[in-house]
Amino acid sequence: MAEATLRTAPLDKARVLQWLQTYGVYAGVAVLLVVNIVITPHFMSAENFRTQAVQVAPVIIVALGMALVIGTEGVDLSVGAVMALAASVTALYLGYGLLPALLVVAVFAAGVGLANGALVAFVGVQPIVATLALMVGGRGLALVLLPQLEDLRNPSLASLGSGDVLGIPYLILIATALALLLAFVVRRTTFGRQLLAIGDSRPAAQLAGLPVRRVLIIVYVVCALLAAVAGVLATARLQASDPTSLGNLMELSAITAVVVGGTPLTGGRVNIAGTVAGAVLIQLLTATLIKHDLPPSWTQIAQAIVIVAAVYAARGRGKR
Amino acid sequence: MTATRTDAPVTTASKQPSEETEPVGSARSERISALVQQHGALAVLMIVCLVASFSFDSFATGDNIGNMGTSSAFLAIVALGMTFVIITGGIDLSVGSLFALGGVLAAWGSRHGTLVALLLPLAVCGLIGVVNGLLVARSRLAPFIVTLAAMLGARGLMLAITDEGADTFLIGKGSLLAELGQGTTLGLGNPVWITLALFAAGALVLRRTRFGQHVYAVGGNEDAAALMGAPVARTKILVYTLSGLLAGLAGALNAAWLASGVTILGNGMELEAISAVVIGGTLLTGGLGYVSGSLVGVLLLKVIQNVINQIGSLDSSYQQVVSGAFLAVVVVAQTWLGRRRQLM
Repeated sequence: MAEATLRTAPLDKARVLQWLQTYGVYAGVAVLLVVNIVITPHFMSAENFRTQAVQVAPVIIVALGMALVIGTEGVDLSVGAVMALAASVTALYLGYGLLPALLVVAVFAAGVGLANGALVAFVGVQPIVATLALMVGGRGLALVLLPQLEDLRNPSLASLGSGDVLGIPYLILIATALALLLAFVVRRTTFGRQLLAIGDSRPAAQLAGLPVRRVLIIVYVVCALLAAVAGVLATARLQASDPTSLGNLMELSAITAVVVGGTPLTGGRVNIAGTVAGAVLIQLLTATLIKHDLPPSWTQIAQAIVIVAAVYAARGRGKR
Repeated sequence: MTATRTDAPVTTASKQPSEETEPVGSARSERISALVQQHGALAVLMIVCLVASFSFDSFATGDNIGNMGTSSAFLAIVALGMTFVIITGGIDLSVGSLFALGGVLAAWGSRHGTLVALLLPLAVCGLIGVVNGLLVARSRLAPFIVTLAAMLGARGLMLAITDEGADTFLIGKGSLLAELGQGTTLGLGNPVWITLALFAAGALVLRRTRFGQHVYAVGGNEDAAALMGAPVARTKILVYTLSGLLAGLAGALNAAWLASGVTILGNGMELEAISAVVIGGTLLTGGLGYVSGSLVGVLLLKVIQNVINQIGSLDSSYQQVVSGAFLAVVVVAQTWLGRRRQLM
């Protein structure tokens, strides 16, 4: 049957779109890699790969949490604010040692996630509005706690940001481990199946007796915790806490990575590998334009085109 | 983002029994719910203003009120367009970028006369609005993502025009454009009068025209609206166009007020506008909303901002914390009231 369709309509639009949606992001990454290897001087250096990877790691970590939220047909706008909050809290409590500081960060992030999750799961507020409140308030809180950029001198924080194992930076190892862990959770655990069922149809999941509220709250808490991890890692890399600009527009980058990676905004499906590739694609695109001295405004326009193209390709594969 | 819409009936079903036991008071409590939803923000605004005018001598002065009015005007114009979009069940994240782009284009165009200065931003921002509308209505892409892309694209375009933000275009003193932004009529700034006129027109269009009916119908139930013969796609295209036009106009007026096109403006403005609209009683699920509410929402946000500035000893960062907390409280209240009304 499939072969027959292929013979009669070799360029069937729906098939092309379907292929693009599943593999387009990997194809895009491959094309950008080849293009860069050919036209960009010094692209094929270990140093460059390391720089690119370290830059994209926080985006990947935030996008992983965002992918889970989007899988439940939600969205989390507060991730950038949580990154800033994590930076401020780290700076405030670093005096007590890195581990205690990280614990306080985790408490703050879990609080934000709990608030988001409760608004969505118990009050029934639309995710975009529920998380909007903390997007505004969270960054405000970060600025109240620590009004300006502050240099952080802490050897363990510094080694977290720039240390490596066998030449692979911690940031990349952490991002990879988290991606593998979440891919396992989504594919192989009951929690993952419940999450997808809720994203597919929340009323149906409710009728089937799934713990809808608990799953939703856990998803938002996990998303906030991952954003906090990204915030701490970014702070560690910069060795400074920057509550004003850290994580700015991160929610948009993360959503872009998720959507470009083939996770539909309509929920019910989560593509973890695609999300990682989506973040890498955006990073490569930006790096390519910058390395060829094209102004940053071009990157924004290019990013806009990629987003619309990705969503256009994904069109019709959702529930409607 | 249809999560809550699909979810509402289930919650309704689970809570219905307890509500049915008290049918007598339900008609009255429905009226109260509706009243609070529509005018709650106004009541809060009046209380805040009253307390503030007793607490700070400088609050209720003509200068302060005039300043607040003018600085509210630009956000209010943006929120007006956003109200239309949100009533159709959509959202427009591109307005902040269009506001900045409109300002830069107006300032750039002012050297060719006031007409160019006003028409250029309207044309470009309106066109981006049309594209938003086409992608949402005809290609059926999520409004959230489409306007997000437009937000990035429009800001990129603005940066490209201004040589990555390095160029600042000035508006000549004494020109008609500058008069439009800086002048006053009967003691109130011209932007305030323009805003009031636009809101009156907006309320009229929404309440008294066929297009207005279609806006509510599309947001209430898109499929039903289509079955009843409402031009769903055209209505959506029009509201996004309107939102783009108003954001561009607000940007142009703001540039006229500041006498230059400032590139860093408009960041986060989409969130302020959405907050104002939501605080004003418009439901993000679409189908229900008030233009007047959005005006009150904008004033409330600006008054809070002003009060925090008046306190002085309070860090201005608290403004964001207070706005965020306020938004959360209002959203919870709105959802709760909305659900009560659905139960009846």
